[in-house]
Amino acid sequence: MHLDWLALSDAEWTAIRLSLRVSSVAMLVSLPFGIMVAMLLARGRFWGKSIVNGLVHLPLILPPVVTGYLLLIFFGRRGPIGSFLEETIGLVFSFRWTGAALACAIMGFPLMVRSIRLSIEAVDRKLEQAASTLGAGPIWVFLTITLPLIIPGVIAGMILAFAKAMGEFGATITFVSNIPGETQTLSAAIYTFTQVPGGDAGAMRLTIVSIVISMAALMVSELLAGLAARRVERA
Amino acid sequence: MMLEVETRHRLGGFSVDAAFSSEGGVTALFGRSGSGKTTLINIIAGLLRPDSARILLDDDIIVDSAQGIFMSPHRRRFGYVFQEPRLFPHLSVRRNLTYGRWFAGRKDVGQSFDRIIDLLGVEPLLERSPANLSGGEKQRIAIGRALLSNPRLLLMDEPLAALDDARKAEILPYLERLRDETRIPIVYVSHSVSEVARLANRVIAIENGRVTASGDAASILSLSSLSPMIGKREAGAVIDGIIEADDDEPRLTVIRARNTLFRVPKIPHPTGNALRLHIAARDVMLATRRPEDLSALNIIAGTIVDIGSEAEGAIDVRVDCGGNIIVSRITVFSGERLGLTIGKPVHLVIKSVALDP
Repeated sequence: MHLDWLALSDAEWTAIRLSLRVSSVAMLVSLPFGIMVAMLLARGRFWGKSIVNGLVHLPLILPPVVTGYLLLIFFGRRGPIGSFLEETIGLVFSFRWTGAALACAIMGFPLMVRSIRLSIEAVDRKLEQAASTLGAGPIWVFLTITLPLIIPGVIAGMILAFAKAMGEFGATITFVSNIPGETQTLSAAIYTFTQVPGGDAGAMRLTIVSIVISMAALMVSELLAGLAARRVERA
Repeated sequence: MMLEVETRHRLGGFSVDAAFSSEGGVTALFGRSGSGKTTLINIIAGLLRPDSARILLDDDIIVDSAQGIFMSPHRRRFGYVFQEPRLFPHLSVRRNLTYGRWFAGRKDVGQSFDRIIDLLGVEPLLERSPANLSGGEKQRIAIGRALLSNPRLLLMDEPLAALDDARKAEILPYLERLRDETRIPIVYVSHSVSEVARLANRVIAIENGRVTASGDAASILSLSSLSPMIGKREAGAVIDGIIEADDDEPRLTVIRARNTLFRVPKIPHPTGNALRLHIAARDVMLATRRPEDLSALNIIAGTIVDIGSEAEGAIDVRVDCGGNIIVSRITVFSGERLGLTIGKPVHLVIKSVALDP
């Protein structure tokens, strides 16, 4: 009886695997964009910078349902971007796990950009100047000086985006619905359990799983950031 | 090697408008803080884009605003040693040193590595992290890092300013070896007379963003018109000399400048090396008769060639001793008491410890 309570059903395992896949893909695919946008906001001087900044932060303040609905309009099969991507590279978002990853990536993006931007602003630009006088062009300066120095911030941003993706519910369910095995993530599965009689045990099992995953992610990030920070002690 | 610089740049209410050239060796940009020296050297390095400039290194056009040419800093191959070491904190000392080698694009840098490590005496530090080095060690690594990038020109912006006297004394001999043993021309920014006197072949005096004088070190640093810039404590004469074979006293070194011998505390340089002495005017006493039973070891006969005008109760007396011009600063009162006039023979008295180079 006790063991039975802890044993996860196949459907529950599917939801956990899906959530991990969606969150990992959302985190990794948004990372290069996150670094680029953070670089642009930290270093760029251009007209409309505050508008770009506002757009990036919008998912943080909009109701998730609104973000999900906007995604549906633009990235749905009939949406301007969605139909274009389907025709050109065969990428479909609507009612697929890829759509869940897109929704999670958009929701986690402001957190990722914020964390990376702060670490870029903390980099001593005199070091980059020194590197350029030693013959390093802008791309090499970024790869050999800036990037290694902002690694703790990048890791923190990745973990935040991953955690946000694990917990994301509103935008995902609005955009790609709640299809078991395709778009039913951990959060959606817990929600579904709470909506059916006798689903309490399942909801509790998945809740414990989600706490374990979140704690593990947090500890790994602390560990990595600690290691990175030790290498970047001030000279 | 010939570096030609001509630039105009405005920064708020301050403007730089300077032109100078350098033909190798150490060229010092010399002036007080805020005179625009760092702005100039940043323009040469390419870290600052000037309003207008024309910079040539031999036949290579580095900057020419008239033609819209601006070579980016990483293509110039000008090594730069900053006031602060700016070592990369995430790389070991060895990888800091070899950073520029990735981009130097020449194979023979490998051979010079050992030579430069040896020149700077940094072998024991190679595997350490920059965070665990002393200020003097960091600055030596910064110099080595710039040298190993295989530069065509070395820019140094007050590389000793952030260090205390003991650390300065630790690094100066390395800079002298650098000047004497490598062929890389150096542009050296400094406000310190003693550093410039010791290192520079040529001095460009800068004031308010303008070049006020230029020429060889000895003639520029003894210009009385520069006295306000040089400051009361450091004003004096600069004498070029050569280390003579040690005399019978092993605790001293003898330096010959023309026919005059100066005895200074022991210095480790080998016999025959050129050395420059900076003799501060306030360290030089005058006597009308040869004094006896003094602790001072340098008593030199000469003739007064010029007596400067009074400033704050003191006068600068310039004395020719066998072709060397040495300046003595004495009070107006002493000058009158001794009856000093141009052409009068006098004896200069200089304590050896005041000449510690």
